[in-house]
Amino acid sequence: MSAFHTLKVGFHRLGSPPNFYRLCTRLAPWFWAGFVITAAIGLYQALYVVPPDYQQSDSYRILFIHVPSAWQALAGYAIMAVLAAIALIWRIRTTEILAMACAPVGAAFTLICLATGAIWGKPMWGTWWVWDARLTSMLVLLFIYLGIMGLYAAFEDRRKGARVACILVLVGVVNIPIIQFSVEWWTTLHQGSTINLFGESTMDPSMMPPLIWMTIAVKLMFTAVMIQRASLDLIDQDRRKRWVEDVIGEQNA
Amino acid sequence: MFDDISLRLDAGRLLLILGPNGSGKTTLLRCLAGVIRPIKGELTCAERRAFLGHRTGLKAALSCRENLGFIQSFHGRSRVRPDQALARVGLAGFGLRLASTLSAGQTRRLGLASLLVSERRIWLLDEPYASLDDEGGALVDALIVDHLEGGGTVALSTHQRMPDIGAEPIRLHLCANRPENH
Amino acid sequence: MFGPLWALLSQDLRLAIRHGGESLMPLMFLFSVIILVPLGVGPGPNLLSAIAPGMIWVAALLSSLLALERLFRPDFEDGSLEQWWLGHLPVYGLVVVRLFSHWLITGLPIILFAPIAAEMLFLHPDALGTLMISLMLGTPILSLVGGLAAALTLSTNRGSVLLSILVFPLIVPVLVFATGAVSVAAEGISPQTHLGLLAAMLVLALTLVPLAVASALRLNIE
Repeated sequence: MSAFHTLKVGFHRLGSPPNFYRLCTRLAPWFWAGFVITAAIGLYQALYVVPPDYQQSDSYRILFIHVPSAWQALAGYAIMAVLAAIALIWRIRTTEILAMACAPVGAAFTLICLATGAIWGKPMWGTWWVWDARLTSMLVLLFIYLGIMGLYAAFEDRRKGARVACILVLVGVVNIPIIQFSVEWWTTLHQGSTINLFGESTMDPSMMPPLIWMTIAVKLMFTAVMIQRASLDLIDQDRRKRWVEDVIGEQNA
Repeated sequence: MFDDISLRLDAGRLLLILGPNGSGKTTLLRCLAGVIRPIKGELTCAERRAFLGHRTGLKAALSCRENLGFIQSFHGRSRVRPDQALARVGLAGFGLRLASTLSAGQTRRLGLASLLVSERRIWLLDEPYASLDDEGGALVDALIVDHLEGGGTVALSTHQRMPDIGAEPIRLHLCANRPENH
Repeated sequence: MFGPLWALLSQDLRLAIRHGGESLMPLMFLFSVIILVPLGVGPGPNLLSAIAPGMIWVAALLSSLLALERLFRPDFEDGSLEQWWLGHLPVYGLVVVRLFSHWLITGLPIILFAPIAAEMLFLHPDALGTLMISLMLGTPILSLVGGLAAALTLSTNRGSVLLSILVFPLIVPVLVFATGAVSVAAEGISPQTHLGLLAAMLVLALTLVPLAVASALRLNIE
């Protein structure tokens, strides 16, 4: 009973802007540190430890950035959707800000996925773009993210903008699986066999460890950027309020 | 915008909301109408409400009679027919005129007519005297008196003319910072 | 009980007729695209017939985007939208009626004129029936999704551009399944699965979207 009570009190405290800001600024460096360490391990393994692919030799290594970015673009959306649901149901302002902070970061990972896909595709297919299922889905996802960011930015009242954008986020949650399914369908419809960016080779088990390290690294980076963006957005919105002066004063002291 | 307001309005009473521009009179009325939800607290109201704001909610491309007909179908009919309502507000013969051809004062009168054609016990009027001359103001007073005598309730905001209706209204003053209830 | 719904529907249609020319804009736009395409890619019947399903659908999509700006904004600006919350019917029903009247004004003319567009682009005759069915299932989804985008952006200034960005991802599945249906029908294969999926999406959209639209409208009005 008392553990639950502490949780509830903690949850309520997080809703207060000064506490939220303090928590974010305190946690962010740890996430960055974690990112640097896991990314270093992952990249080292990806570049030096794992053997070259028998078909694509070394150019396939970009998959260790491409695939985690793709996964994070989707995972980031899932996190944003959960935050959006909480924000709409309980009308907690800090949750609204946190949800909106996910969008630019998720969009960035979508862009990284698309860019690395293009870089990967050039040696393989000779063109900078190929209409395979994953890349096309990512492109549509990018537009969904941009739409959310654009909608949030279009409102002068930031709270109203965040809530309206959260509705869009939830609509997207229903839509994204449908979009992915339809794009898969579309690729099988229009070419005999699926074009797969990775080609026909299957994943060698030795490729798993660096992939896992990079996936963790990407998650840590996502979280670091997200909470930093959220705290900055909060400071920006409340810049005229007392608590901002107090907290900045604390930091300078 | 404001907090700590607690009031109760009974049938047959008039609530007068006063205050300078920007003090939240329109917001309060919209909240009473149910358009805006209060962040904290609740509004209990069993009756149907009519809200007449700065923008009348009437369609410029339709005639006066068509506009009133829509209000009747949308909000429920009263015993007053559109032509009778137009006559009551001084717009007799305006039935077929398009709402876009009306002056500001005539538009305001058409808005008042829309109150008459549908059966709603509670009237929420935001600056009903705006754009009206003395004769128009007297018309508003007369309509309010009729409505109150019929058992209806009225809440209105104003910062110019005061209603001249005989009975003493409940006054609510909104200041720039906090409201005071009399 | 249904009085307010009929009232809203008949007012919407009456206003659309009064505004005459404006209401025909989507149809004019559809034909502009259908005429520009052969001018752009050449009049060869093989090429045109191959791209006909996609082009007709893209034209339908773009032209239905045109009428979206005016879906809620006039009511928002003249104060009649907030009256929806004073009525005694839930706003959900009023939203459905408004989107239905939008479909009657923009979607239905597209469906009626589709055979002409199909003829101009040499669509395979076997596929015409499927085209009509796909439009009948898909244009209501366009109205629903477009209505949602219009409701979300109601009180912003950057209306149309943002609207298009919002609609486009949501409409990808409709486009894929609708054009897929028409393409396979042109090859003589049964388009049942495609049309079935399209119908399922319509049912899903009909149940969920008006709820989202009502919430979005309320948030924008507050």
